[in-house]
Amino acid sequence: MNGMVLDRALALHLGVVALLFVLQFILPAYHHGIVARVLVLASFALGYNILFGYTGLLSLGHALFFGAGIYGTGLVMREFGWPASAALFSGILSAVTVSLIVGFLALRTVGVAFMIVTLMFAQAGYLTSLYFNEFTRGDEGFVLQQATRVIGPFDLSEPTTRYFAALLLFAIGLLIKLALVRSSTGRVLVSIRENEERSRMLGYNPFRYKLLALVVSGAFAGAAGAMYGLLFGYVGATFVTIQYSIFPLLWVLLGGAGTVLGPLVGTLFMFYLVDLTSGFTTASLLVVGVSLVVLILWFPKGLLGTVRQRVLPWLP
Amino acid sequence: MEFGPHLLLASLEGAVAAAVLALTALGLSLVFGVMRVVNVAHGEFFMLGAVLAWWFANLVVGNPALGFIIALVGAPLVVGVMALIADRLVLRRLHYDPEATIVATIGMLYILQQLALTFYGPDARPVVAPINFRVNFPWFGYSGYKFIVIAAAVVLMLGVWLLLARTKIGLIMRATQYDREMAQAFGIPVQRVYAGVFALGAMLAAVAAVLIVPIQQAHYLMGQDPLLLSFIVVIIGGLGSLRGTVVAAIFIGMSDGIISVFFSPTLAKILATLLVAMVLVYRPAGLFGARTA
Amino acid sequence: MVEKKRTTAPVTGVGRRKVITGLAAVGGAAVGSRLLPGYVPYIQAQSSEPIRVGFQVHRTGIGAAYGRWYDRTTIAAAQAINDAGGINGRPLEIVAEDDGTDPKRGAEVVEKFATQHGCDIAFGTLFSHVVIGSAPRAGELKIPYFVVSEGHHVASGGLNRYTLQPGITDVKSQVIAMAPWVASNLGKKVTMIFPDFAFGYDHRDNFAEAIKAQGGEVIETVAVPPTESAFFKYFPKIPKETEVLYHVMVGPAVLTFVKEMGEFYGANRPELFGFIDSLEAVDLNSPGLEFLDGSYFWEGHPRYAGDNPSAFELNYREKVGVDLNGASRNDPKDVATYSHMFGCWETLHIVKAGMEAAGYQGPADRAKLVEAVEAMTDMPESEAHPQGAKVFNGKTHQAFGHQNITKVGDGKLSVVHRTSIEDGLYPDEVDYTTQAL
Repeated sequence: MNGMVLDRALALHLGVVALLFVLQFILPAYHHGIVARVLVLASFALGYNILFGYTGLLSLGHALFFGAGIYGTGLVMREFGWPASAALFSGILSAVTVSLIVGFLALRTVGVAFMIVTLMFAQAGYLTSLYFNEFTRGDEGFVLQQATRVIGPFDLSEPTTRYFAALLLFAIGLLIKLALVRSSTGRVLVSIRENEERSRMLGYNPFRYKLLALVVSGAFAGAAGAMYGLLFGYVGATFVTIQYSIFPLLWVLLGGAGTVLGPLVGTLFMFYLVDLTSGFTTASLLVVGVSLVVLILWFPKGLLGTVRQRVLPWLP
Repeated sequence: MEFGPHLLLASLEGAVAAAVLALTALGLSLVFGVMRVVNVAHGEFFMLGAVLAWWFANLVVGNPALGFIIALVGAPLVVGVMALIADRLVLRRLHYDPEATIVATIGMLYILQQLALTFYGPDARPVVAPINFRVNFPWFGYSGYKFIVIAAAVVLMLGVWLLLARTKIGLIMRATQYDREMAQAFGIPVQRVYAGVFALGAMLAAVAAVLIVPIQQAHYLMGQDPLLLSFIVVIIGGLGSLRGTVVAAIFIGMSDGIISVFFSPTLAKILATLLVAMVLVYRPAGLFGARTA
Repeated sequence: MVEKKRTTAPVTGVGRRKVITGLAAVGGAAVGSRLLPGYVPYIQAQSSEPIRVGFQVHRTGIGAAYGRWYDRTTIAAAQAINDAGGINGRPLEIVAEDDGTDPKRGAEVVEKFATQHGCDIAFGTLFSHVVIGSAPRAGELKIPYFVVSEGHHVASGGLNRYTLQPGITDVKSQVIAMAPWVASNLGKKVTMIFPDFAFGYDHRDNFAEAIKAQGGEVIETVAVPPTESAFFKYFPKIPKETEVLYHVMVGPAVLTFVKEMGEFYGANRPELFGFIDSLEAVDLNSPGLEFLDGSYFWEGHPRYAGDNPSAFELNYREKVGVDLNGASRNDPKDVATYSHMFGCWETLHIVKAGMEAAGYQGPADRAKLVEAVEAMTDMPESEAHPQGAKVFNGKTHQAFGHQNITKVGDGKLSVVHRTSIEDGLYPDEVDYTTQAL
């Protein structure tokens, strides 16, 4: 890697952020709202990719961290009347705490065992959200009233503000991730993915690095969850179901594991695939399923992963 | 209810759950163990088995036992053929790449669910048990058919074990699992082995579903729980260990049943889930696994 | 295996009016116009453009069995309204979108109705988590959102001024109305078994209180985790001294639940009182259900027409394509979700009445529509209200109607008691009219 390559990559990412900024003024109302949603969820996927794409750890439990974010925010607002800004912080902190605990336990395992342990913790988390239904209202969830979803002068339910809040989250996430994967720490993560033993022999402590990756990706998930609750006003157990562990995996694989922008591409693609097909057929799942199969046959490394392989080798 | 009978009841329920789970997981264990493919659609093969069982059973009017037997043979066969097609059209072309196959099998999951929803509908439909009698314990009654499920599952698992341990097919499969390149070098048609394993795995899920469908109903969304539980069983048991898979199924089925005696239902589920997670944390290779993949 | 959806569609002439996203919207309207005589899209004057009703429907996901019948009832109601001259002379057009029985998708669908399809109102949906997930967006977009969910979420005050439930009684009212009859006819010591879902908590909390007022008590509650597909191991949790077992299971595993209950108890069972939600869309003569013989159910709208159905009832059954046993006319095995779907029919008729009262012209009059519906009180039994009379509370945005208790016998359900509307009233918990429009 030389300086020019790095600049090109940085320029691309800043360009994407700028494009998303400009889109805000162009998009029709419906897509404006949808892109805001996608940006929040893509931030979730960005974090997932740090763990999966770069560090090589396949978690099936990220719904737990997303859930910790959304409940960590929603519950303190509902039960204690915290302001949205403090609640956002509380959501991220909850996710960091939960991911630290999960990390200490689950990182004793590798490979498929790690997959299952994270899955089990997330299932326990889901059931816990039902068990404490007195506070959470279980599956039904609860509404965060519009009047409370305000940070300073910004009304988060207002479309323009919402879009900017989502973009801000995404941009911060994207730049942190870009910086991380290009740092020496990022290279250690990749070396752990490629060969954990070798990185250990080189003097790195893989456990510490893996825990870092897990907590960072947990924090991303938590921030996305917290933001989702604040922007769209609903908190419910649906966000802790297994689906929300599989979604980020799917988005990342679709976009390209181990690419910085892949998660955004995957999330956008999946959203519009569902949205468009449910518009013209009642058998939308069939179309979605066939599209996934066909897509993966043509782009086995995901959209950007395959593009990188064939056309743009410098893509980070 | 008194403690003793309650425990008996929970153990019986645990045994039924374990029997069905062991069969389903055995299928996944083969696919995962031999092919290293995370088949997210495994639960949908289970669902298809149940839905097809309903369809086959309704071909025969008036004699539930006959209908059931037709279903027991027919449903797994159809599911096996579908799995062969999926292998040929999709998995083989992806060269069984572990990541790409996750996306592909998620796609299959959607496809199979939609097919079931469109052609079978959103309702849960029952299949009449081939034999219907109630076993009367002094404290409660129990479905006699559930004992048959346990027996049938044991017989089927013995069959699979014989196939793997005592036949040439089994030898070939084990060789492929142990070292794919080496197997190929020795002239084993690895692709055909993979196709066969994938079909066999799906058929085991389907046959488990046929057994359970007189107890539970066939519904197009019923595949998720068997999928998750099977994965857990396969990993807890230790990858590639059939004995481990069976033991893990019994462990999980029984612990789920017995823990439910002591706690409120949802709390019991939480504790059972965490228990399984902790087993894996402290025995990362599973109960019987030599090493993890 | 046949695709029942098509073969049994109640109003075959109407078909599935759907509007495709984005650019295809005009094409979609053209499809609608074929079915609505006299309508030419975007050419004629404002006054004859259709009123577009965004219909959020559970087409996939766990609610699909309900969604299918909500769909049929809605199409039939729209057809009936159009046949009678539409709303203010304008035809009604149903724009259906699948919400996947998922709260996140539900919210997106409401956005789509408001900002993409140009719908006048959003309507539909049963599962309460979808309603609660969608309502904030409806409130923010200021699009009236008429739900047919029977959840207590509207009247509890958790939602907003733009969300209304005028066509179906909420679960709290249903439960309160049932309790006196249960206490005086079945027994005073009640054990409740319900899914560990908010729907179950509404039953648990409200019934416990209501039965206490009658001198009875809930001696045990068993909340079954929603991931469960076998129930047998939970039956020992039911205390021996239980006189009445109150069950409200939902979802595809309910048949298992009833069958296993039968195996567990045999002939020696306590009195059973259940909510028909357990058996909506399920044939009462399915194998394993014999056990329910002689037990009692709440029904919102009795599935079996009984000996003296009203003319309104008969008209409604004919229009939605349901026979006197509550099954599709084309397929007696295809049982309706009869106790809930009437809410779609009645709600659309209320929308019509509300729009006509408000002199509704277009989206600018949405607030007026909300006010017009809030002003409604008595809704007498009529073609628009075949389930029976209702009283609407404009402050809590919730309707209250009669409830039925039916007994299982001879393979059908027969009404043994019909509550008065007053039985189900409770003090207001919110006054939505104080919120800004």
